[in-house]
Amino acid sequence: MSAPTTASTVDAGAAAPTRRRGEAVAELFSQHGAVAVLVLLLVVGSLAFDTFGTVDNLSNVAVQGSFLAIVALGVTFVILTGGIDLSVGSVFALGGVLAAYGSGGGWLTAILLPVAVGALIGLVQGGLVAYAGMAPFIVTLAGLLGARGLVFAITDEGNTTPKVKSEAFVSLGQGHVWEATWPVVIMLALFAVGWVVRQRSRAGQVVVATGGGEDASRLMGLPVARVKLGVYVASGMLAAFAGALNAARSSSGVTTVGVGMELEAISAVVIGGTLLSGGRGNVTGTLAGVYLLGVIQNLINQVGSLTSSIQSVVSGGFLLVVVILQTLLSPSRKT
Amino acid sequence: MTDDVRPPVLQAQGITKVFGGVRALSGVDFALGEGEAHALVGENGAGKSTLIKVLTGVHRPDEGQVLLGGEPRSFGRPLDAQQAGISTIYQEVNLIPLMSAAQNVYLGREPRTSFGLVDTRAMERDARELLDSYGIDVDVRRPLRTLGLGAQQMVALARAVSIDARVVIMDEPTSSLEPREVRTLFEVIARLREQGIAIVYVSHRMDELYEVCEKVTVLRDGRLVHTGDLADLPRLELVAMMLGRTTSEMSGSGVTEFGEEAHTQAAEPVLVAEHLTRKHEIEDVALSVRPGEVLGLGGLLGAGRSETLKAVAGAMPLDRGQVSLDGKRVRSGSVPAAIRAGVVLLPEDRKAEGIIPNLSVRENIVLAALPRLSRFGFTSRRKQDAVVRTMMERLHIKASSPEQPVAELSGGNQQKVMIARWLAMSPRVLLLDEPTRGIDVGAKAEVQALIDELAREGLGIVLVSSELEEVIEGADRMVVLKDGAVVAELNGEEITEERLMAALSTETALPADPGAPPEEASRG
Repeated sequence: MSAPTTASTVDAGAAAPTRRRGEAVAELFSQHGAVAVLVLLLVVGSLAFDTFGTVDNLSNVAVQGSFLAIVALGVTFVILTGGIDLSVGSVFALGGVLAAYGSGGGWLTAILLPVAVGALIGLVQGGLVAYAGMAPFIVTLAGLLGARGLVFAITDEGNTTPKVKSEAFVSLGQGHVWEATWPVVIMLALFAVGWVVRQRSRAGQVVVATGGGEDASRLMGLPVARVKLGVYVASGMLAAFAGALNAARSSSGVTTVGVGMELEAISAVVIGGTLLSGGRGNVTGTLAGVYLLGVIQNLINQVGSLTSSIQSVVSGGFLLVVVILQTLLSPSRKT
Repeated sequence: MTDDVRPPVLQAQGITKVFGGVRALSGVDFALGEGEAHALVGENGAGKSTLIKVLTGVHRPDEGQVLLGGEPRSFGRPLDAQQAGISTIYQEVNLIPLMSAAQNVYLGREPRTSFGLVDTRAMERDARELLDSYGIDVDVRRPLRTLGLGAQQMVALARAVSIDARVVIMDEPTSSLEPREVRTLFEVIARLREQGIAIVYVSHRMDELYEVCEKVTVLRDGRLVHTGDLADLPRLELVAMMLGRTTSEMSGSGVTEFGEEAHTQAAEPVLVAEHLTRKHEIEDVALSVRPGEVLGLGGLLGAGRSETLKAVAGAMPLDRGQVSLDGKRVRSGSVPAAIRAGVVLLPEDRKAEGIIPNLSVRENIVLAALPRLSRFGFTSRRKQDAVVRTMMERLHIKASSPEQPVAELSGGNQQKVMIARWLAMSPRVLLLDEPTRGIDVGAKAEVQALIDELAREGLGIVLVSSELEEVIEGADRMVVLKDGAVVAELNGEEITEERLMAALSTETALPADPGAPPEEASRG
């Protein structure tokens, strides 16, 4: 008579690890899926198109993606805290224009001026979010509108496109170190720093803790407000710096760049496995997310017969898959 | 053990705290000796949480001072109190579910390498040693959310004590723990006390207080009512002090507010459930409720009581079994079908499954009944108001107005709003899962009286409560569950603590099996 009881106990014991294993697989995919798909696409692309795997083409993809990558790096940290930064596209454009103006004073001014203004914008936004408790979405939406407005205000309603005047600064955007162009090298260096901050610094732990449970973090005595302020400042600086690099590459501060870039950055971050609600994610995922978007676009260009709007459909689809997986894994879901 | 000359490690003198004209605390003294376990009790609104918040630096007192080790201290923020050695663990585990156990223990003070980077390996090793030393065996690298609630609570405790704590404040630490986990917690508390760490223990559960604590401080309406040794204080007197009544008033009735007489019941059951089965949850559970009857479900945590209620309410898909109302079969696994038939469930987790905090009292009450109060999709505000007014009066819901957000009400009043919501549906059978959990003694009594009254009016009620006296005194009949199956049924006079214990401790209701191992009887 005791047999059924025993059987059901064993079943219950066996059921749990199975579910955990399934969860672990899904978790692995949501965290590293972007890297896996990226590698897959690179292999398939090289086999399918002679022109895809060439050094020229790939380094082109690398450079084109590097600006978005730098922007997305900052956005990653903002999203990890459970926030959002919609202002980065506008700040990117503002950074480019300021860099072009600043290049009159040499390459250093061309970098410092936009970065300082980006930091200031981040400081205001972060302050409102961290200390006044305002919603990041609204604060940075205001930032998006405000920064874009500033771009037009200082360029005669967008009719002037300031030229970069410093040769040294232009070479920062176009020059090479060995085989790689400067923007790619700088981007990789920034990601290396970002990786260390995220994985190995106390601040990085607090960033993730804040996104994972803000009230709990506060009760644990963690410097939640300071860290929130910090991520918006970093995001503003990185977006403006990326804009400056872009200006160096195109030798001018184009006023129309960066429109919708915040959405691309957010997509890349989420595709890279960072939870949109914060608390989990890493910078390597973001890097893979950025280049996944870049490679998809490049491959569609290789096919030639497809219009570039297909790219949006494909990226959108991939984003959807990742978000569905994340929902299945979200902490609020009862297991 | 008790040594009165021992200097208090933490002391509060004449603490007064006013919130917007309301005195939350007035002139409260509190003293905590080294290695002492001190119960802090009082109804909701008595000022317990305010006092804790003053002690931990969340609030600054308007008058009075906090002394730590004899020195006056003023904590600006929780971090200051933590660094001074006062740690707090909260009712709901306040950690980061997505981060690992080790990360949670050391957040904000991670061991670092000589480069200033977090030393993950050292952190995991330290966390494992720390948890091991308290006899807690968990994989410290796993995300916290994959651990059981008990293990999570232990991680919180490990974090609290590893910050060189001299005082650990525990706010309802056992409310989500299973008995086995409660045991571990008590062992840890004992070990902490041996190390000279003082414990402030806040709980609604009397048994635990008497088991864990040596001292008690009773607060009522923001004032100190009593402080002294707990063992000298009879339970009844403690409850009386919390309620502000005299002992004689209390001892007349039992500890609960349930009437003594059994309710007069119709002969025919209104609800019959048979063969309710769901793999790993419940096995062939049968029960019936007559109009005017309170049926108690007895059993320990994990016995399948909540699952049985969910099965009856259609909130859990069934492998087998059926529920019928007045002889008519109700489609199983469908909440709407159950509600249409007149079977409603008041869930255990009020916050997650019940109230909608931002909506008003009125909106929360009429929510489920809206279809009945509307025509062509438009709701009649007049009908709503009538229903809400009746309910608020009948259930004595204390709110400034029907438009007050439910989140601002006390736990007891929130629970009454939930009951009102279902009563607005004119149900036949009310399933109550832990209706008095987490609400203060006074509100508890009111909810108990309400259950009694509803039964008298002819409602069939099924009651689940982890408080033994509540089911024992409240139920007219009791079905005892164990490991998801019915092991006994007790009627009227048979419902006593002894009989219930007997039913629970006789291992299984299965016929004696000569092959069954004898030690089974001692398990659990």
